[in-house]
Amino acid sequence: MVIDILSWVFLASGAFFMLVAGVGVLRMPDVFTRLHAAGIKDTLGAALTIIGLMLQAGLTLVAVKLALIWIFLWFTSPVASHSVARAALLGGVRPILQQTDGDGLESATESARLGDDQEGSSR
Amino acid sequence: MKTRLTLTQILALAVAIYAMWLVLSGHYTGLLLALGVVSTVGVVLVTIRMDLLDHEGVPLLHLTARVWTYIPWLIVEVVKSNLAATRVILDPKLPISPTIVRFRGKPHTDLGRFIFANSITLTPGTITVAVTGADFHVHALFWEAIDGIEEGEMNRRVRALEKGLPNE
Repeated sequence: MVIDILSWVFLASGAFFMLVAGVGVLRMPDVFTRLHAAGIKDTLGAALTIIGLMLQAGLTLVAVKLALIWIFLWFTSPVASHSVARAALLGGVRPILQQTDGDGLESATESARLGDDQEGSSR
Repeated sequence: MKTRLTLTQILALAVAIYAMWLVLSGHYTGLLLALGVVSTVGVVLVTIRMDLLDHEGVPLLHLTARVWTYIPWLIVEVVKSNLAATRVILDPKLPISPTIVRFRGKPHTDLGRFIFANSITLTPGTITVAVTGADFHVHALFWEAIDGIEEGEMNRRVRALEKGLPNE
């Protein structure tokens, strides 16, 4: 009973953060800022939902598999976010920037173009 | 060039793959357990032959001791920045100040820089857009998210995490 209540608290708050992420994606002005909003769903939304489901599953193999989903999600979602951001930058999308940090955008585009093949060249 | 492998690395890979088989299969009969052994050995042999198993292949051997303090800290950071991002999104005025900042990352092994870049992206409000050498370019949703990131705790913690890795 206590576990059931706890599980629903997690599931409901997970759903809340998913909703916030959706609202954020709609409200944000460009692709980069939208990625930040989508990140909420990948991290906290997914984690809370999975914890809620693990509490439902109890100490079973299903709980272990859910934990694995959580681990893989936290490994892959930042890679996906990074790929989208880098692809957008290379595709010539100009991010809306409020405070520019010197040549931030130019050097970021250059660095995204070079990738990590030129290791050490920019040190 | 063939990478020199230690027996520990090969064993760790085999144990990890077989554990994965056990968890995902859920059927513990003699036949299936034996089939698991066969495929584990097969995968390990192919991995060695393809020279996929290098110092990064089984990094857990080096990280196992330290990663247990890093992961809980990272989870707390993720929750904190999620709450900050949620507050911004639900604010009627949408107080965002998108910025791209360039700074130097302290970690210098490939694995350390990978962990650092992914940890930055994992915390909502900051996305690593490009990494070249020690140069990190981070897009931030609001100014506070990125303030002092170069001298930040994550930079320092990942640096401490990667100490002792080969080819440091």
